Amino acid sequence: MCTVIQPGMLTTIQDQGRIGYRAYGMPVSGVMDRYAATMANILVGNEPDAAVLEMTLLGGTFRFPNEAYMAICGADMQGTLNGKKIRNWSAFYVPANSELAFEYAVSGCRAYLAFYGGIAVPKVLGSRSTYTRAAIGGLEGRALQADDVIEIGKAAAMPYAARELSYHHLPKYMNEIHVRVILGPQDDLFTAKGLQTLFSSSFTVSSRNDRMGILLEGAKIEHVSGPDIISDALCAGAIQVPGDGLPIIMMADCQTTGGYAKIGFVISPDLSKLAQAKAGDTVTFVECSDAEAVSALAAEKQSYEKAAIG
Amino acid sequence: MRDFSIMKAGEKGLVVDFGNVIDPQVNGCVHRLARVIAANMPDDIIEAIPTYRSLMVYFDPLHISRESISDKIRMHLDNIAESGSEGDTTTVVSIPVCYGNEFGPDLDFVASHNKLSIQEVIDIHTSKPYQVYMLGFTPGFPYLGGMSERIAAPRLAQPRVAIPAGSVGIAGSQTGIYPIESPGGWQLIGRTPLQVFNPGSPNPFLFAAGNYLRFTEIDAATFEDIRRQVESGTYTPLTSTIERGGGAECAL
Repeated sequence: MCTVIQPGMLTTIQDQGRIGYRAYGMPVSGVMDRYAATMANILVGNEPDAAVLEMTLLGGTFRFPNEAYMAICGADMQGTLNGKKIRNWSAFYVPANSELAFEYAVSGCRAYLAFYGGIAVPKVLGSRSTYTRAAIGGLEGRALQADDVIEIGKAAAMPYAARELSYHHLPKYMNEIHVRVILGPQDDLFTAKGLQTLFSSSFTVSSRNDRMGILLEGAKIEHVSGPDIISDALCAGAIQVPGDGLPIIMMADCQTTGGYAKIGFVISPDLSKLAQAKAGDTVTFVECSDAEAVSALAAEKQSYEKAAIG
Repeated sequence: MRDFSIMKAGEKGLVVDFGNVIDPQVNGCVHRLARVIAANMPDDIIEAIPTYRSLMVYFDPLHISRESISDKIRMHLDNIAESGSEGDTTTVVSIPVCYGNEFGPDLDFVASHNKLSIQEVIDIHTSKPYQVYMLGFTPGFPYLGGMSERIAAPRLAQPRVAIPAGSVGIAGSQTGIYPIESPGGWQLIGRTPLQVFNPGSPNPFLFAAGNYLRFTEIDAATFEDIRRQVESGTYTPLTSTIERGGGAECAL
């Protein structure tokens, strides 16, 4: 059991997302940073798709009346356990009657707290992920509030020994973010100059960024004859460019359909970097082949396998 | 043969695109391909998302390559083209609507805008089934084809902040239902007591893309009666079947 003393800025229960209902207009949701959340689950010995807490910019404070084992990964929110500093990207034992507190993120934007045994909220449409706009999943379909009580899942043989992720697997969160893009499906609706703008300029993450999408500011990307298309499907990674020429990168909670031309898709292993972006950070894009993207995906999977065996 | 193209949508996605148009036949092709893929390639795909004019197919590239999934899709499209019209049926879901008054505050405007009486607007709106081209915007929100231009109306200049779930509206020559409370700029003409989206139910969505919807007029007393039945879980939506056709069959 975990009692919320302070919820932080935006803390929600998320797993790997609600797969299989996009044809019904249901967004996938799930963790914004797949890498950090998966590593947190691996460190405590959970299945990778167990539900975790996703904290945003300002972490929460939690009380544990019973002993527990948990891991913190992602943004560094300067966690302390009973006043003593805990290491980021590590798993640790929490004795009964402990208090775990987080502060502002000194690097990155989103931190993931995984409990051994996962979080025991009911699945809605196959997932525990919170989707606040339809008020489903997680705890009553909303962000955590003070005095909420979260039930930790039951599991046998809780580990006690602290564990750290090997430095080989630690990402470095920079204020300059570089992501790889596969062009399409509507890159033909942009001029050569528009494509050049995408790949040659540096964009700034606007303050309008949330779990739905990240709006970028910078040079305008030129369309051939306007941004509108007859709506087709959207998913995380899609780079929509509306009439003002400024790209929007769709993220976990994005709608399933959209009516703006999509110049390309950020490859999914690089979405974790964007999940850690804060307003004012810069983003640059480089074109990427299918083969390179698939290797990146395979490398990500391999990191999980290596981390799992220690 | 109708042109299609297969495009990339990230390393895990591809889009089978049938053309940048809203057209019943194009949409018919999207749904037919979706059915064929669901029936024949369940192990190859993670999820397929039909829209007005395209089908996005999601797959695991560590399990199947883009080339082999594209080849299989091309083969199925060839088979569809050869086999011609399907001639099967699809579901029409009946949507009872209480028009006007507090449920449809913009019904008067839609009538006066089109120089029709209120009853004429209702009669036209309930006169035929609408094809569900796709679901999007919010969970369960249907993009419907085939509304008469005679009851078309512009969007509100100032969108409403909160539209109650079940509201039925018109925007341009489109009509639709708001499944959950959400902001929106459609002209509201009525409300259904049915739950279009009910995440706790074994059938969380009242209808799927590719189905048809038919609106029927009910009075306030019937609205209340059905609302109670829906709340207690005893209401069964009325459905019928319709020939795929009337221009909505897929002719590849």
